[in-house]
Amino acid sequence: MCLAFPARIVALSGESDAVIDLDGVHKTISLALVDDAAVGDYVIVHVGFALHKLDEEEALATLALFREIAAGAAETAGGSGGSA
Amino acid sequence: MKYIDEFRAADLARGLAAAIARDVLPARTYRLMEFCGGHTHAISRYGVADLLPACVRLIHGPGCPVCVLPIGRIDQAIRLALAHGVILCTYGDCLRVPASDKLSLQRARSQGADVRMVYSPLDAVRIAREQPGREVVFLAIGFETTTPPSAVAVLQAQAEGLENFSLLCNHVLTPAAMHAILAAPGGTAIDGFIGPAHVSTVIGSAPYHTFARDYGKPVAIAGFEPLDVMRAIQLLIQQINAGRAEVDNEFTRAVTPHGNRKAQALVAQVFALRASFSWRGLGEIRQSALTLRPEYAGFDAEIRFALPDVAVADHKACECAAILRGEKQPQQCRIFGTACTPDNPIGSCMVSSEGACAAHYSYGRWRAAGAEESLPYAQ
Amino acid sequence: MPNEYAASLNLLSDQVELNHGAGGRAMQQLISQVFARELGNEFLAQGDDGARLPAACGRLVMATDAHVVSPLFFPGGDIGSLAVHGTLNDVAMLGARPTYLAAAFILEEGFPLADLTRIAASMGRAARAAGVPVVTADTKVVERGKADGVFITTTGVGVLVDGVEISGSNARPGDAVLVSGPIGDHGMAIMSVRENLSFAAPIVSDSAALHGLIADLLAAVPQLHVLRDPTRGGVAATLNEIAQQSGVGIVLDEAAIPVRPAVVAACELLGLDPLNIANEGRVLVFCPAADAARALAALQAHPLGREAALIGEVIADPRHFVQMRTRFGGRRMIDWLAGDALPRIC
Repeated sequence: MCLAFPARIVALSGESDAVIDLDGVHKTISLALVDDAAVGDYVIVHVGFALHKLDEEEALATLALFREIAAGAAETAGGSGGSA
Repeated sequence: MKYIDEFRAADLARGLAAAIARDVLPARTYRLMEFCGGHTHAISRYGVADLLPACVRLIHGPGCPVCVLPIGRIDQAIRLALAHGVILCTYGDCLRVPASDKLSLQRARSQGADVRMVYSPLDAVRIAREQPGREVVFLAIGFETTTPPSAVAVLQAQAEGLENFSLLCNHVLTPAAMHAILAAPGGTAIDGFIGPAHVSTVIGSAPYHTFARDYGKPVAIAGFEPLDVMRAIQLLIQQINAGRAEVDNEFTRAVTPHGNRKAQALVAQVFALRASFSWRGLGEIRQSALTLRPEYAGFDAEIRFALPDVAVADHKACECAAILRGEKQPQQCRIFGTACTPDNPIGSCMVSSEGACAAHYSYGRWRAAGAEESLPYAQ
Repeated sequence: MPNEYAASLNLLSDQVELNHGAGGRAMQQLISQVFARELGNEFLAQGDDGARLPAACGRLVMATDAHVVSPLFFPGGDIGSLAVHGTLNDVAMLGARPTYLAAAFILEEGFPLADLTRIAASMGRAARAAGVPVVTADTKVVERGKADGVFITTTGVGVLVDGVEISGSNARPGDAVLVSGPIGDHGMAIMSVRENLSFAAPIVSDSAALHGLIADLLAAVPQLHVLRDPTRGGVAATLNEIAQQSGVGIVLDEAAIPVRPAVVAACELLGLDPLNIANEGRVLVFCPAADAARALAALQAHPLGREAALIGEVIADPRHFVQMRTRFGGRRMIDWLAGDALPRIC
């Protein structure tokens, strides 16, 4: 369920709204569900609301992990796991 | 970093696919339920199943709020529009859901009902503000991802002093559904869960520990993109191989153990647990759905319009119930592809594009027909 | 002389009224002040209920289309230009050179004359740019509430180019599949205006008359097999139609399909697939594989085909499936949607 997409905040507007940009498409959404969102932040957007900020460090770490796994697979070494 | 294309990279997909192929144990089958309909859609759209070994079986779960919405609840919405003359605001997903008397919200529109598609619950509040002489009802559906926006909408309507806005609340809860699946006969056959992406940004990873601890089922929360799903599948396979049952979080860029506390607080302020709620396919489940708190009764369409809750049985031949629990596959339903098609859906699994039957009709029956040998790009 | 004592229509503030369709003086006024002025040509000027046309120099084709688009005005066009382009394209898709158009208007009582003039002017511009006159027209008025402002039906005739045999049943295994440009522009431009789904997006309808592009294409590759414009239902619906009609399968390469980034983004936002979105200025081309390079070059040489691409091929498939190799490396089937593509939240 829950179609949502990551988008960048390009402007804040009103008391709790923001304008997000997704490849040139702009939409005004509500920031009522997140605190401290600033211009330049990426947020997950669902039904016109930002649900959560995206953590860039974690995203980079996840991608690095994927690359490591892919490289490891090429060398037939094992991949690593992660826990919550 | 845009958080989309990077997580769809084909070269990384091949790498993950190779790693998974190495990780699976010979002669072992892995039955993994992807709870979330959004994951069902992503798996179909990108053809993720093609990159998995045959011993990994993906079972579509009931995480599709349209699919589990009982016919009677849609009937209520239609009745509000036709008999009470309200402006009925709904997400696009509900428009074509088949209800009683061969009606759907879309068909009711052709009979004069004022049914309007909205993208956000705040659109419905705006309509109420702009049309003070009309009653406006918002058909609120969805799991925990979609509930906080409804809470904000109610609070906004209250702040504006609107007296013509109400919610027809059908919000449901993910952990309750997962319990119901595990408690059902087919539950023991599920080896692990791919946990929903966006529900988890709201509720956090903590609520899933009960499934690992009390049922011994591994959970891996997966992000929305196909690479996320594949990595979560790998984590589950590794857990299963090692005999572990834990909660892995693959979606660390957006899911924390405690989730979005602000959103949770707003939901707790506006909504309360129903004692019980009837889920299409899963039957009555205790404490699995929400209703408006008494202090917000003025915004509760069920109270405002004294709507009776009528249980409507599914079509006799419809197998949505078993399919939603993962016990049967779409092609095992007698009317799949014959009486029940996307053009003429009998059951809700066919109406929603992420329902198991619609997904199978659009993507799966091609694979089942053995299209592999006709494809020049077969790997 | 007959109109000497009649007050002119105030095109800025008047509205369509029932007597504008009643066949009397009011209707004559509407016709002369709006339609004849904006669509004017020697045939309309004959002033009769039909047009007398010169003898055709070849086999004739005819196509007709009713246009009920809402909203009436959208980025990149309006119902008027859409009506002209749509029918010209239908004629061109048969491998014919369009020669004449006819137009019938159903107007809703109360429709602003300013909007009607704007639409008629747009039709006139589109017809003149295409070099195809609207030679005869009709107008009726219905009571308020019985039409969505205006409905337009256009009919076009054309002359078949010699030696050309184009049909949806002619696709053969081995054929190349090409598209003349990025997909999804029109449908998403419409979505961007529709109530409740507004966003500021630089998406403009691709509505255009394609007969010039197709004439160039046919000159380069006269032995084309299929031409079809992916309108309602998008590329997915059109390819499935052709697959059924020809009894073949089709395989697409997702990475090769041109889509504007803004259209991709708008679709992401609404949960839509560009393959299901309407186009009004694109053509799908099926031709023998050996001619694919030449066909592509001919398309790209024309202003309306600069971004043309080779997107797939035809295979033998008794199930007539349309399938696609995804960018991700997997495969999926491309089915046609039941009903219009609706935004979703799930």
